[in-house]
Amino acid sequence: MSMTRRQLLLLLPAAAVAWDYLLAGTPEAAPNYNLAGHWWAMLIDINKCIGCGSCVRACQLENKVPDGYYRTWVERYHIADWEMQYPKVDSPNGGKDGFPAGKETVGKNFFVPKLCNHCAESPCTQVCPVGATFISPDGVVLVDQEYCLGCRYCVQACPYGCRFINPQTNTANKCTLCYHRITKGLTTACCEVCPTGARQLANLKDPNDPIHAFLHTHSVQVLKPQMATGSKCFYNGLDGAVR
Amino acid sequence: MQVFRDAGHLFRVAAVFLAGLVLFLVVRGCLVPPSFGRYGHYRANAITEIAALPVNYAGHRACEDCHSDVQDVKSKGVHKPVACESCHGPLSAHASDPASVTPAKLDTAILCVRCHQQNIAKPNGFPQVNAEHSGGVACDSCHQPHNPAMTAEATK
Repeated sequence: MSMTRRQLLLLLPAAAVAWDYLLAGTPEAAPNYNLAGHWWAMLIDINKCIGCGSCVRACQLENKVPDGYYRTWVERYHIADWEMQYPKVDSPNGGKDGFPAGKETVGKNFFVPKLCNHCAESPCTQVCPVGATFISPDGVVLVDQEYCLGCRYCVQACPYGCRFINPQTNTANKCTLCYHRITKGLTTACCEVCPTGARQLANLKDPNDPIHAFLHTHSVQVLKPQMATGSKCFYNGLDGAVR
Repeated sequence: MQVFRDAGHLFRVAAVFLAGLVLFLVVRGCLVPPSFGRYGHYRANAITEIAALPVNYAGHRACEDCHSDVQDVKSKGVHKPVACESCHGPLSAHASDPASVTPAKLDTAILCVRCHQQNIAKPNGFPQVNAEHSGGVACDSCHQPHNPAMTAEATK
């Protein structure tokens, strides 16, 4: 077969691209994990949260979150009586060291654990200019630490305040739903240590997951439903005053 | 009749255009990671890189493999749903090398009040204590953490 110079010049880069694609295999971190068989979510039961801060400590230790930054945190709400739009909220050190007893003796008081809501229609992934943050095929919002420029668009876009810039790497950082654990058959660090079971990891694609029975029989709410983010953190017993 | 006079001009423009296209494809092939775009507008290998991060909390099943005696005690009491590492801290290093990594001794004066200190925001029915409850006596002189119901000796 004869080939002109032009044909050769055309063929070479095409071959290079094809060869590059063939060489780059996918590193297998969790060989038995089926990406298509999962759609991760979390169930949070406000009525069970005791504000001990175990989840915050575990998250920081598991994911090496720098001090003063939180991938998950706990808020304490105090609603005096009927003025629901003016709740008093505090979260000393993210609730990491628990909560001081507090002066309030009347009114409604409760704890709200918060974390990335792993939205199905997440505003944060839509604004990334370089494709560094994305929703994985199993429904977890992740950040590619190699690709992130640290431009902070996503930090501003998140309506729940769940993202921050890691001062050590200068890249966006957030809850990964302990992706390195859930792909290995473990639960998240926060769910693992929660002493009252206020947090439950759930796989919505698993028909045998207890979350389905729970969602059918309880009044469950997500945070800021008016934002239509498709949040997958389902709160049981969530008060209307919670932002 | 000749429609295109000096058609060579067109071929020269086409050649320049083609060369530009080839250059673009080569540069793009070099700069864009191969796994980019496999699932969407991102690098698919980032998923596996995140999944490969090390685990620090081994999980209660790993503990129960060896410490079934503690598990037996714990399963009879109200602390049954509390995972081992909830109090003992992250111990995957101990789980993978029990001989050389030993967990630190715990202080019940710190640990118990983390959950059981009185606070109005805690749910009704959750056992809570204030400073007068023990009168300065260590928690574990009456309550054993793995099964905290009062022991017979302590009530004497």
